[in-house]
Amino acid sequence: MSYSSAPTTTQLNCGNNPSFRPNPIKALTSLLLLALLTLLTSCGGGENNVSSGNRSGTLHWGNGTEPQSLDPHIATGVPEHKIIVALMEGLVLKDSKTLEPRPGVATSWEISDDGRVYTFYLRKDARWSNGDPHNAHDYVWSWWRALQPALGNLYAYMYFPIANAKEYYEGQISDFEQVGVKALDDHTLQVTLNNPTPYFLQLLDHYSLYPVHRATIEKFGDADQRGTRWTYEGNLVGNGAFQLSEWKINRRVVVERNPHYWDAESIKLNKIIFYPIENAVTVERMFRAGQLHYSGTVPADKIATYRERKDPSLHIAPYLGVYFYRINTRIPQLQDKRVRRALGMTIDRDKISQRILKGGQIPAYTITPPGTMGYYPKSDLAFDPEAARQLLADAGYPNGEGFPATEILYNTSEGHRKIAVAIQQMWKKHLNIDVKLLNQEWKVYLNSVTSLDYEIGRAGWIGDYVDPNNFLDMFLCNGGNNRTSWCNPEYDQLILKAAPEAKTHAERLAIFERAETMLLDAMPVIPIYIYTSNNLVNASVKNFNDNILNQPSFKEMYLEAGPADAGAKN
Amino acid sequence: MWRFALNRLLQAIPVLLIVISATFLLVHSAPGGPFSADKAVPPEVIKALEAQYNLDQPLWQQYISYLGDVVQGDFGPSFKYSGRTVNELIAAGIPATAELALYAMLVALIIGVSAGVAAAMRPNSLQDYVPMSAAMLGICMPSFLLGPLLVLVFGIYLEWLPVSGWGDMPGDKIMPAITLGTGYAAYIARLSRGGMLEVLSQDYIRTARAKGLSEPVIIFKHAMRGGLIPVVAFLGPAFAGLLGGSFVVETIFQIPGLGRFYVQAAFNRDYTMILGMTIFFAMLIILFNLLSDMLAIWLDPKLRQQARENN
Repeated sequence: MSYSSAPTTTQLNCGNNPSFRPNPIKALTSLLLLALLTLLTSCGGGENNVSSGNRSGTLHWGNGTEPQSLDPHIATGVPEHKIIVALMEGLVLKDSKTLEPRPGVATSWEISDDGRVYTFYLRKDARWSNGDPHNAHDYVWSWWRALQPALGNLYAYMYFPIANAKEYYEGQISDFEQVGVKALDDHTLQVTLNNPTPYFLQLLDHYSLYPVHRATIEKFGDADQRGTRWTYEGNLVGNGAFQLSEWKINRRVVVERNPHYWDAESIKLNKIIFYPIENAVTVERMFRAGQLHYSGTVPADKIATYRERKDPSLHIAPYLGVYFYRINTRIPQLQDKRVRRALGMTIDRDKISQRILKGGQIPAYTITPPGTMGYYPKSDLAFDPEAARQLLADAGYPNGEGFPATEILYNTSEGHRKIAVAIQQMWKKHLNIDVKLLNQEWKVYLNSVTSLDYEIGRAGWIGDYVDPNNFLDMFLCNGGNNRTSWCNPEYDQLILKAAPEAKTHAERLAIFERAETMLLDAMPVIPIYIYTSNNLVNASVKNFNDNILNQPSFKEMYLEAGPADAGAKN
Repeated sequence: MWRFALNRLLQAIPVLLIVISATFLLVHSAPGGPFSADKAVPPEVIKALEAQYNLDQPLWQQYISYLGDVVQGDFGPSFKYSGRTVNELIAAGIPATAELALYAMLVALIIGVSAGVAAAMRPNSLQDYVPMSAAMLGICMPSFLLGPLLVLVFGIYLEWLPVSGWGDMPGDKIMPAITLGTGYAAYIARLSRGGMLEVLSQDYIRTARAKGLSEPVIIFKHAMRGGLIPVVAFLGPAFAGLLGGSFVVETIFQIPGLGRFYVQAAFNRDYTMILGMTIFFAMLIILFNLLSDMLAIWLDPKLRQQARENN
């Protein structure tokens, strides 16, 4: 058959179907033309977010990932935290610079002489964002809800300083009346603790202890039901300075000024738009192009550029967190504490901080970041290869001979890899031991570490509240975050009994220091560096205060267009 | 034609079943569960969560009840995004992803077809080598390189276009469409060059030339119809590929589409989300392959004849 007949066939075919026949090619062409038109008409320049935001009082905030939940009793991540603090408030706030307690919903409070009973006086003008009165009973109900096991609250342990809270949560008692929280009247809340807990006021500013609006929650499901729709756009009722006005998945969360907030008059921002931007490179680019006022992440290799240029938009501040290596003390060659000490003493932390991290990170010689509530622990840990070699020889491995190849496990990330490679080289150079590197994807890595299926493992810990207890109680014998199988009952006794019973702050810190020394002496964990928070903040954002919890205070921030309002340009 | 379509749809059922079963087994055998976290999760919490999502039941029972839900079009709740259903999340991501795919396809067709046709008109000349070398470069250039490169030039240096976003600012859809479309443009250029070369050597084109028809009439009216059949056949899989493969571009340009959810779901062990999206993409691929086959049959009399004979 000749192809020359092809056009004729088509004509014939058309003739066979004189009725209407849709022409897919034409349809497709029209569709594509329409798309082209839309694409082209969307062209054109425009004002960037920063300058328009400065005029309208709208803060454009780069916020990491899409929030998993805005329920303060379910949420756990940093991006969720930032949105929740805008929407809700606890009894007590923190000063944005010093983190000292400041009145929140409670105007004042009294602490009993034994430090166990706290009485909070709530402000009479406190309101929920729908105008409902907000009172002491809201706290009793909210805290009851937070302690329902079915809710799956990962931060339930934040309540455990409260008398009988742990027992109630674990089902040893079933009557919530026995838990140490009572509304004495509409505006007075009494909280009884197990022990004097100096950091208790700080916990009240953690979102897990925020109150929730009972009527709203019950409207959308049971109190202990996870994943109801009460936190969604149009539903959520909070008690914070802002209220939720829009939540578009993977696009933005928008909060606007809450007119019912007790301190509404002093709030200067009209609106905050939180953008879920995971990619550090993208967010930094958006910041540079004036699309964002703030970015909470800076790509590691960009930090050096910003620092060299002395760019004022880069904020580097100490962060309450420590990067460390766990050692599985069940592994035969790692059972001897002299070996663990030798490993800890041959890491050149200054080099890691200056040559690899380059973000002002502080070399760590203790697990608790120094300066936590006035705590400056002494440490005998230092970079000392010679003494380390001696220790290793004493343990039966002179010049590293006979030391089995050991593995460093880290979760897949270029940053962790660089540090592991550096440490691998340092141990080879100073101790002459062979170390292999193993990276695993995040969830696989978590699985390996929790089941003690590793030898040496990379780890990090960010404090929830500013107190040495938050770091040191990780390594209790049956602590869920211990994950080294190291156990010293004497250490447990110091943390669990001696510290809570200390009469003075100084005495308490001295007890922590003893515990810390014990931990460092046994070295089931090797501290490497103290984190820093790296934020990019546009010059027009005023009252942005760095603090060691990296917690923003949207209440205080305001925008003021200046000469640099178009964003930092490169 | 309709019997052909029906046949293909029936064949899709076992394919989908295999996809569901394999994915189900794979996600459940991956180490690490949806609720493991950096901070130790108390056993009470794990128990409560597993009970809520039926993960405490035997695996086969979970499988059966999942299948039952899927048949009714319910992909279940997302494990990670508390309170969101997978259906809701997919629905939230489709508009942006589909729009992006459409624009990218447009870019790919315009650039690809014109380059391919131009090259085929003067084979082995400069007019052939230049666009084809460019096409080779386009195939080789990954979007994670092209995207940031475009952003650097047009977004940051020249400040002509926004560096990211989707529908937030004028012009923010242009760079993502180009980034995603370029690789496909290159394929289409090669396909249309091949197709056109074959057709241009046919007798009917020679006849057209002999009749004294002008070159544009020959190319656009007679040659392109047959010469672009390979491109049409490629459109279906390409569109499905654009929908499912836009993750990198969505991340670079901060586009609220499906791709980001898909990859995140795997990292989070969000079982229902991984399954739901895999099934969704499998259905899309089947559907688009079918559509492009039908289009090719409609265009190509030979194939049409075959389809009729097979039935």
